[in-house]
Amino acid sequence: MWRFLLPIGILVIIVGFFARGLTLNPGYVPSPLIGKPAPQYELPRLKDLSASVGSESYAGQVALVNVWATWCIECRHEHPFLIELSRSGGVPIYGLNWNDDRDTALAWLDTLGDPYVASAFDPTGEVAIDWGVYAAPETFLIGRDGTVLYKHISPMTPEVWAREFLPRIEAECGELPCSPLPDER
Amino acid sequence: MRWYVLSVCWLLSSVSWAIDPEPAFDDPVLEAQYQSLVHEVRCLVCQNETIADSNAQLAADLRREIRRMFAAGATRDEVVEFLVARYGEFVLYRPRLQPATWALWGAPVILLMIGGAVFVRVLRSRFSQSMAEDDTP
Repeated sequence: MWRFLLPIGILVIIVGFFARGLTLNPGYVPSPLIGKPAPQYELPRLKDLSASVGSESYAGQVALVNVWATWCIECRHEHPFLIELSRSGGVPIYGLNWNDDRDTALAWLDTLGDPYVASAFDPTGEVAIDWGVYAAPETFLIGRDGTVLYKHISPMTPEVWAREFLPRIEAECGELPCSPLPDER
Repeated sequence: MRWYVLSVCWLLSSVSWAIDPEPAFDDPVLEAQYQSLVHEVRCLVCQNETIADSNAQLAADLRREIRRMFAAGATRDEVVEFLVARYGEFVLYRPRLQPATWALWGAPVILLMIGGAVFVRVLRSRFSQSMAEDDTP
């Protein structure tokens, strides 16, 4: 009896592991930042290098941090939806322009529109490393206390927004638009 | 012929230009430490390459960051901790020994022990079988 059951049992276990392993997306690496305080940073603004933008800019608010670059094709795909979100989403979007050329990036925003409250200019990727960025576009959802609530890799779509972002935003602050935390200072 | 020469030149140059042509550190100890680490860090853009082998911009940025940290006197553990805090355990080609990886590190030993036990049992039963056959006249 064991002679038959044992190999079949082992086979079932192996198939179980394969069924799980082969259906995972190997390109998706979960971020260790989820549930942790978002990285603090301050960088020049893409549109005005003498001004700065960073984690302080959205302190106390629910915000999106979107990592983009003009060499990133999928960023172009998600761009119209980001524009739509910036008009109707009720959540401010902060850009992190990653490893990019400034003139090209400015031209991109001119032609395609600018969904960002402000974009940080990170041509050497130093801040992007702190965020564990590896495949633009990436979109982080930041809670009012500055915690990373969620990270989405690949283009933002209406489906992803409705399925992953909206429930988390509503859990964080009830109705949209999110009102900022009362200023404690 | 000219085409061959050109293509050989092109190959040579692309190889020599590929990854940091200069050693990162003059100090051989630091250089060895740096080399051994970058050969064990996964480039998440092209997941089957180490950042030492990868041409991706992210790999170049990470090599620069690791060089900077080593130059500032960071230990290997500190650099590894820096990378894992940002990119997760997957960034390491050699997973660290910790509760989540006990099964990973332990499985080969346990499987080897099971295999050894089965092997010994089979040998013993065959041996006693053949002894029994020898006994029969």
